[in-house]
Amino acid sequence: MTVLFYICAALAILAALNVIRQRTPVYSALSLIVVLCALALVYLLLGAEFMAVIQVIVYAGAIMVLFVFVIMLLNAGKETSRQRSRLARWLGVPLVTAFLAEILIAVWSQFPPVAASPPPPPDGSPAAIGTLLFRSYVLPFEVTSILILVAVLGAVVLAKKEF
Amino acid sequence: MGTFSETTVLLAVAAVKIAFVLVFLLTAIAYLTWLERKVVAHIQARWGPYLVGPHGLLQPVADGIKFIMKEDIVPLEADRVTYWLAPFLGFVLAFLSIAVIPFGGSFTFRGLRIQAQITDVNVGLLFVFAVTSLGVYSVALAGWSSNSKYPLFGALRSSAQMISYELSLGLAVVGVIMMAGTLSLRGIVDAQSGFWHIGRVNTWLPHWNIFAQPLGFFIYFTSAVAETNRVPFDLPEGETELVGGFHTEYSSMKFAMFFISEYANMVTVSCLATLLFFGGWHGPVFGPALLQVLLPVFWFCAKVFCFLFFYIWMRGTLPRFRYDQLMSFGWKFLLPLGLLNILLTSLAIAWHEAP
Repeated sequence: MTVLFYICAALAILAALNVIRQRTPVYSALSLIVVLCALALVYLLLGAEFMAVIQVIVYAGAIMVLFVFVIMLLNAGKETSRQRSRLARWLGVPLVTAFLAEILIAVWSQFPPVAASPPPPPDGSPAAIGTLLFRSYVLPFEVTSILILVAVLGAVVLAKKEF
Repeated sequence: MGTFSETTVLLAVAAVKIAFVLVFLLTAIAYLTWLERKVVAHIQARWGPYLVGPHGLLQPVADGIKFIMKEDIVPLEADRVTYWLAPFLGFVLAFLSIAVIPFGGSFTFRGLRIQAQITDVNVGLLFVFAVTSLGVYSVALAGWSSNSKYPLFGALRSSAQMISYELSLGLAVVGVIMMAGTLSLRGIVDAQSGFWHIGRVNTWLPHWNIFAQPLGFFIYFTSAVAETNRVPFDLPEGETELVGGFHTEYSSMKFAMFFISEYANMVTVSCLATLLFFGGWHGPVFGPALLQVLLPVFWFCAKVFCFLFFYIWMRGTLPRFRYDQLMSFGWKFLLPLGLLNILLTSLAIAWHEAP
């Protein structure tokens, strides 16, 4: 299990690096799909089959298809290297440092494992998630649904204007 | 058995099952192409393949040799990596979903309980949908990487069609999931054993979902045909307008891989239709122990075969849709119908379970 986790994690990180390294948009998008699938595998290793499958269906299957679709439709070729933005240099480096430091602290604080045996993983079955969503978190769930509905309507209105 | 550890035995059983299913599936696909040519030929009052072997039965072998021997032409302007990736991706994904398809009950062999299924995932149905939703990339990448006009158009059409019909495909099975109360394919089939009862009267109708979900089945099968890009929804490869669709620039074995994955997808979709709506492997079972193990598998295969025949029958009968009609049919008819089916099913379940 641990070996599989490290393989998936390494795959996710390498693919994530490849997303920003690639100059061809389609390759970047494909690498992002690999990242999402690797994350789904990590969910699977945690015993959350439902989350893993939903991750693949929604992110890798639906959202990324639209990305690839648009890239193909625009027939975007190679990215031409332009002047690097100055904002990235002055803001990016400190932010990345802060982010990495934060992760390092989080990992470090876990290092001598506090509990001898880790707590049992929460129930990841569809029934358990459904009960949680429709009992304890019904308000956030409904609010999110309305938000998405508004976004859909907005997208339709914006698309209609073109014609 | 005592000399081997439990893990070794489990792995060995899994390996045997995978090998058996793969060989069976590949042979079935090869003869599905033969069946299609034969049936379509007879529908059109022709003979079909007749020369290679008796009734052309060796034609799939000859076709296989032909595909291997042919020159593999890669377009000069093609994007090499994705051009290679696309057929392999489609091939792997097409065969991946068969891993969770149960094709029979379970039996005990030398104290070892064996299920007629490669692996029983408790979200099996969603797993199939996840794998199917990734299949779009194979088509999209094939069209894009060929760097040619018609494949690109074909791929755009194809992926738009697959994305659209995936929605109604997903909505159509929600009714079945609500009735079974599980996402496991084995669980869904188990919920369909026995007969329908009205009150206390046995109607002797098998307890299959088709009788409770006719609307769901109609939506499922229509979307499934569109999802697999078959007639009458085979717009992506409409020869008259797009040459050959997304695989125009592919030749030799790579083309064969697209071909095989299309047929594998047909088999998967027919398996799902059998499992979800036609009671899976349930059927009359009798006789000695061996027959009791084999008969369910036979019933399952027979039902799947009926669907595959129906696919071919439709190809020989129906004309092609127009592309805009296809899109509006999916979005404006099947999708609302799917939502209506969910509403009706939930009302019926609430009515049934009301105190």
